[in-house]
This record gives sequence, structure tokens and C-alpha cells, in this order.
Amino acid sequence: MPASFLHINKYRWLFAGGFLLLVSIQVQVLLNAEASWEAAVWDSTITNVCIAAGCMLMTNNLRYYVPNRNKYIIILIWSLVLSAVTSAISQRILSGVLKKQPEYINLLEGTLTIRFWVAVLIISWVAVVSVLWYRQQETTEAEKRKSDAERLAKDAELYKLRQQLQPHFLFNSLNSISALAGNQPEQARKMIHQLSEFLRGTLRKEEHQWVTLSDELQHLGLYLEIEKVRFGHRLSTEIKTDDAANAMNLPPLLLQPIVENAIKFGLYDTTGSITVYISAAAADGHLVITVKNPFDPETSSPRQGTGFGLSSVQRRLYLLFARKDLLTTEVEQNLFTTIVKIPQQ
Amino acid sequence: MIKTILIDDEPLARSILKEYLQHYPQIQVVQECNDGFEGVKAVMQHQPDLIFLDIQMPKISGFEMLELIEQPPAVIFTTAFDEYAIKAFENNAVDYLLKPFSLERFDKAIRKWTEQKNTVAEKDNTPALLQTAAQLPQQSRRIVVKIAGRIRIIPVDEVQYLEASDDYVKIHTRDGAFIKNRTMGNFEQVLDAQQFVRCHRSYIVNVQFITRIDPYEKENFLAILKTGDKVPVSKTGYAKLKKVLGL
Repeated sequence: MPASFLHINKYRWLFAGGFLLLVSIQVQVLLNAEASWEAAVWDSTITNVCIAAGCMLMTNNLRYYVPNRNKYIIILIWSLVLSAVTSAISQRILSGVLKKQPEYINLLEGTLTIRFWVAVLIISWVAVVSVLWYRQQETTEAEKRKSDAERLAKDAELYKLRQQLQPHFLFNSLNSISALAGNQPEQARKMIHQLSEFLRGTLRKEEHQWVTLSDELQHLGLYLEIEKVRFGHRLSTEIKTDDAANAMNLPPLLLQPIVENAIKFGLYDTTGSITVYISAAAADGHLVITVKNPFDPETSSPRQGTGFGLSSVQRRLYLLFARKDLLTTEVEQNLFTTIVKIPQQ
Repeated sequence: MIKTILIDDEPLARSILKEYLQHYPQIQVVQECNDGFEGVKAVMQHQPDLIFLDIQMPKISGFEMLELIEQPPAVIFTTAFDEYAIKAFENNAVDYLLKPFSLERFDKAIRKWTEQKNTVAEKDNTPALLQTAAQLPQQSRRIVVKIAGRIRIIPVDEVQYLEASDDYVKIHTRDGAFIKNRTMGNFEQVLDAQQFVRCHRSYIVNVQFITRIDPYEKENFLAILKTGDKVPVSKTGYAKLKKVLGL
């Protein structure tokens, strides 16, 4: 909801200034009409306070509801009604307060019509200003939303690109190759081939083309081989699937960040050797993949561990299936389990 | 003879360092370590002149490891990709090698270190580096301390309050108090301001542990924690607490 211009100090002063101006003009007019000072001041103050209240009510109403362009007549009707009400109220109050001045009461009764139309003029003018103000606010807000959305989209795209490149993995792998090149050139060559094949696989994948689990596991295998060269004996993996699951489909590169997260979590949270377990099964039209890694429950709360890698997977699953229940995690002693369910199309 | 220690969790990353070091017969590798825990022990034991240190390692990072050593040796960092770490290096002029690095680049780092060592009294940038490094996102979630030779990682959620004590900061947790050689200002900067409030010149309190705040003497207050501990709150500290707690 847009803020009313009365929320901004500068305009508050302007509003108060306008009020004082109207009061003093009215005092002048009434003195000219030979009203007493007392009557003139009372009348001007009460009348304008009522009109000001009407204006505030008007601008506040418009804050919640601005009529469509072809329904501006509604605003006119509101103005008329509000003016009638404010005029009636101020007349009531004034004839009560100043009832001992019969000349003034005559003057008051005689000017009711003009008072009403002045009120209409002021209130409808405030209404027009308010409508313009709120329209302006809406436009600025819409523009801001649009630019925010664009920025978010750009950030997401950049993040995705960076994820695809996986600089940490890439540079460390290149460093391993550099080390192997000295003493074990054959191994270095083999690792270059694995890394190339892995990167090619990553680049070739298109978002909308689903792949079978066995293809995805093959791609994952390249990644795991490279990680095993990097971390040596510390990392081992166990993969269990059945034929039914192998033939099922999943979006490309969905499994890899999950396994990557499990490996990182396992390797950086413990100092010993770890085994990452990956299993897949078919269950009521879903492909269910389970990834388990050890962690140290004493030093890291799993809340932290679910971290970065998985939130992007969660987001992707939501964009694909509009469901938030497809990725779940469990903690059981020192094992962290990630379960992803993929609905089959 | 110059003693050095290699600390990196990837065996191949250590092997390339060893290979390059063969060109420098005056430098002897006295130990290789897989992680920061081994690193701390090895540095204490061998008192090396120079260490090669990776940043991302199991359990504790290279920076956290350095924090645990009282007078750390000269360090050449080795890392693959870590935007934040690189920022920390650049600001503090310690040499670092980005993996993979060539023998030429390695030689430059060694020469830079030799020059620094031989000219004037060694300019020690380590404290400044650790100050910057302490602001890395990962380090705002935990505090690494050493107690009776053992290393403990304290998740910040378990910290009840911090208390200044001479040049140290006492970290109060369920399992007792731990001492860390850092300043209150540094902790105040690093910890999440919505959770940890500097309620007094000498105290930072974890608001999640506060049960109530009582008036205490003139213009001062006491925060009563769930554990029954009482933490002094100054007048300005009270204003800060009220703001965070939404009172």
C-alpha cells in the first residue's frame, strides 16, 4: 500500500500552511461582513478543522482504493457527501457555540450554500491531488518491483553460470593435474580426459531435456573419479540402484549438486576417511534418490550443513514442479541423509 | 637450514609443493599435514620458519588454524578459489599462491619471503590478516579455541556471553568459559548484531539466552540469563538491547 503524502514531513507542513491560510482568509472575509472578532475566529477555525478532517478522510480512503480512470465520478460523489457532512457538522457546532450572537447566526444561515461549495472545492481538489499522488507512487513502486525482479533474475543467472563452472573444483583439479604431470604423466593425461568429458557433459545439458538415471550416474561417475584423485584414500563411494530406477528420468545435473554437497560436507566436517552412499529406487511413480554422508554432530549443526548447495536444488525443484516437499534431509547420529523425489512425467 | 611444513588436505597439492621445493635444497620439509589440527601440533613441535597453508580444509580453515598459534611462522597461502580469502590477502600483503601455480610464480613467492626475512625486523602482517579473515562468512558462525592442547569448535548459538578480560575475551558456554586472543571490537564486528549485543563496554550478550532485564543501581541494568548468570548492562547497552528485542 502506498504511503499517504501526509506521511511525509514536507507535505505535512504544506497541509498545515494551507489550513492556516484558509483560516486567515475566512477571518478576513467574516470581518468584512461585519462579524465580531470572536465569531470570525471561532467560525474560521471550526469550519476549516471540519474541512481538514474531511480532506484527511478523503486522502486516507483513496489510499486503500483509487477508482479506475472511468469511475472518477465516484470521487466527485464522495467529495459532495463529505462536504455536506462537514458543512452540517460545523454549522451545528457553530450555532451551539455562538448562539448568543443572533446577527452572526443570521450570517451563518445565509451563507450555508457558499460554505458548502467552498468545502466541495477544497475537498475535491485534495482528492485530485491524492489520486495523482497515489498513481505516481504506484508507478514508482511497479518500476522498482520490475527492476528488482530483473536484478534477481540476473543474479540467479550469474549464480547458475558460476555454479556450472565450479571454480573451486576446477582449479583444484587443474592443480592435481599439474602435480601428476611431473611424476605420473599417464595419470595426468587420464585426469585431463575425465575432466574434459565431465565439463563437456555439463555444458551440453539443456534444462528441459530430461535424462535417464543411468546416464546421469555415468556423468556423476566422472566427477567422483576426479574427486577421488584429489582426495586420495579419504573418499570412497557406494552406489546402489536397480533396473527400474535406472530407466527412470530426472532433470539433468540435479543429482550432481546433491552429491557434491554430501562430499564437501563429509570431507570438510571430519578428518578421517568417509564413504558417501548413493542409492535410488522407484516408489509410486517417483524416482527416489538417497544420498548419505557422515558428519560430526558435535561441531556442526546440520542446519548449517544443509547450506548453499541444497537451497539451489530446492529452488530448482520448486520451479520445475511447484512443490516444496521433494527434497528432504534427515540426521541420524553422525549420518546426514538427503532424499530427493522426482515425479515421473 | 630452513624448516617448513606443508598443510593441505589434498595429497597431490602437497606433492607439487614438494616437487617445487626440490629446487631449494636449503629448505627442508619437516612434516606434511592433512588438516589444521595436525598443522597446529606440527607447528608447535617443529617451530618452522615458513609454512605453506591451504585455506579450505577439514574442520578448521587455514585462518582459524593460524589464530590458534601464538607466534605464527611466516606463511605462504595456497588456495584454488576463494573470493573472500583473496580479499584478505590483498589487503594485508602476505604472499599467496593461486592453484595451479607455476614454478616461476612459486620462486617469486619464496624470493619475496627471503627478502622480507632479511630486510629490517620482519614486518608482521599476520594480526591484520587474521582481523580481515575473521570476517569471512563461515567464521561468523563459529569460534575456534584451544584448550589444554585440544581444539574446540564452538557454534555461536552455544555462546551465552562474552566477557573482556585483559587482552583476552572469555567465551562463556554451557561447558564453561574459553579464552580467545581477540578483541571485543573484533567479535562485535563479526558476530550477527541481531543475536549478539554489546550491552556493556566489557560484555557482549547472546540475546537468545536472556530471560529478563532488571534495574541495578543508578542507570544500570542486569541481564538475567536462562542459566542464572547475570550480565551487566550499561545505559547505552540497554537502549541497544531494547532495539534488538523490539521492546
